[in-house]
Amino acid sequence: MKILVCISKTPDTTAKIAFTDNNTKFDAAGVQWIINPNDEYYGLVRAVELKEADPSATIHLINVGGADADAIIRKALALGGDEAIRINTESADSFGIATQIAQVARENNYDLIFLGKETIDYNGSSVGGMVAELLDLPYISLATKFELAGTTATVTREIEGGEEVCTVSLPVVISCTKGMAEQRIPNMRGIMAARTKPLKVVEPVAADTLTQVAAFSLPPAKAGVKLVDADNVQELVRLLHEEAKVI
Amino acid sequence: MSVLIFIDINDEGSVKKTSFEVLTYGAKLARQLGVPAEGVVLAPVKEDLPALGKYGVQKIYQVQHEALAHFDAQVYTSAIAQVAEKTGATVLVFSNNTDGKALAPRLSARLKAGLVSGAVALPDTGDAFTVKKSVFSGKAFADIKITTPIKIITLNPNSFSIEVGEGTAETASVEVTLDAPKVKILNVNRQSSEVPLAEAELVVSGGRGMKGPENWGILEDLAKALNAALACSRPVADAHWRPHNEHVGQTGGAIAPNLYLAVGISGAIQHLAGVNRSKVIVVVNKDPEAPFFKAADYGIVGDLFEVVPKLTEAVKQLKG
Ligand SMILES: Cc1cc2nc3c(=O)[nH]c(=O)nc-3n(C[C@H](O)[C@H](O)[C@H](O)COP(=O)(O)OP(=O)(O)OC[C@H]3O[C@@H](n4cnc5c(N)ncnc54)[C@H](O)[C@@H]3O)c2cc1C
Repeated sequence: MKILVCISKTPDTTAKIAFTDNNTKFDAAGVQWIINPNDEYYGLVRAVELKEADPSATIHLINVGGADADAIIRKALALGGDEAIRINTESADSFGIATQIAQVARENNYDLIFLGKETIDYNGSSVGGMVAELLDLPYISLATKFELAGTTATVTREIEGGEEVCTVSLPVVISCTKGMAEQRIPNMRGIMAARTKPLKVVEPVAADTLTQVAAFSLPPAKAGVKLVDADNVQELVRLLHEEAKVI
Repeated sequence: MSVLIFIDINDEGSVKKTSFEVLTYGAKLARQLGVPAEGVVLAPVKEDLPALGKYGVQKIYQVQHEALAHFDAQVYTSAIAQVAEKTGATVLVFSNNTDGKALAPRLSARLKAGLVSGAVALPDTGDAFTVKKSVFSGKAFADIKITTPIKIITLNPNSFSIEVGEGTAETASVEVTLDAPKVKILNVNRQSSEVPLAEAELVVSGGRGMKGPENWGILEDLAKALNAALACSRPVADAHWRPHNEHVGQTGGAIAPNLYLAVGISGAIQHLAGVNRSKVIVVVNKDPEAPFFKAADYGIVGDLFEVVPKLTEAVKQLKG
């Protein structure tokens, strides 16, 4: 079994969000980069668990990005995975990224493609569905559980106010969310092994650009909190009813 | 040219609440562009479709096909693409809900149509077609220009008010050719009594300050009195005090209710990322220095075990 895990690089969750170039670019000055948590905790860890259950499985990690992504790719390899592929391009939009991933997937015939449910910076939730469509594969989004028996997967996905359990034959593209797996901390052996695992750099194929960022903006600041005395909760309820008009 | 709105139906045959939001949004966008607003329904539906005209949609296309009995992203995409091609749709609108997140990107790739997911306002359609979306987990917005002839938008739940007017929609059936779905549904577990968290207007949320799952009764009582959905912080879900689907924040769900009432949650930046688009935030915390107060509209500094039951009583009094 061949598994492809998509890894993207995002600012650390505590990074200050600011913009430069007339509010058209994210201000990366001083920003720490991490593996997108949805890719790491849910997609990557579940793939590693599947390989632990079936050591004949191989895991490829893929990232679309410049050389500055190598550090987080090595970090991902420390958690698991046999080798990594970096498509050497800064894509303009999700479709660009999906086009590159689909190209590699076509060449390698993966049985399973895992992605996080979204990146925490662009919040697009789009690459998985696009890859699935480009490859004409089934797509199960927001998966919270994934079990495999032979080539049949049983997957639980989130729906509004509940969940749905379904089965599908491999190959399939899965976007992963909370529940799939638990976060792991890489151990020393993993970190050492990651240093020598192959990280192939591949040049991109031509891709269409469907969208572009015109400008970023920040939400208006809050006016400040109105505190109500703990002995006077009726006053809070009155404010929520009469002033905020939410209840 | 038209705006085609995906009307999402749940497994019981009812129109989802988020569909009313996208119908209102799509109809307004159509008026702005001077083109018809049309809807498409794929799943078996119990409700009266012409009545959806009151949200501003003029025509609803219905596709009846055995392959559409259950949601499958691949088959649904094929059906919507065929309807869009036959009807000459130029803008496709979805909710950014679980089904919209599966369909819109597939259609984007299939129709080579630029996608903006998580829109929070109507597009600017002057010289270009630019849509404002939420990015950095609610910490910023981006205006995204779609540069393709066909455009796709998914609208964030609870970010556009439903408007009801007069009107009846015409209905028409459309024939499509579809393969059998590759995904088979085994079962659907839905707590039909509960308000789905992503759609909820009021949310009561608990953090580690609740001390343990055995204490959730007081929050459940408050949620019940308010008719609110329940949410929680990440450590609460990680410790299995509450189910995963209640976890909100950067690595959980992102919500934008009218009221987010946070109890015993410190307000870490990763938590705020999932809830900062809420219209009104109320914080109950015993620590006056808790960072959540900086992001809140109203707050009570106090012991939640005393404050929450009193709040429940006060809400019950208000509601009579
Ligand atoms: C990459 C990453 C992603 C993350 N993603 C998320 C996410 O998606 N969602 C999320 O929530 N967190 C997330 N976190 C974790 C986050 O940083 C915080 O650790 C977490 O939100 C804290 O949860 P809490 O507020 O429930 O607990 P605590 O921080 O322990 O806060 C408990 C609060 O309860 C108060 N309290 C205690 N007893 C009482 C009482 N009797 N009455 C009133 N108040 C009381 C305390 O004063 C305190 O403020 C993430 C962290 C990382 C590093």
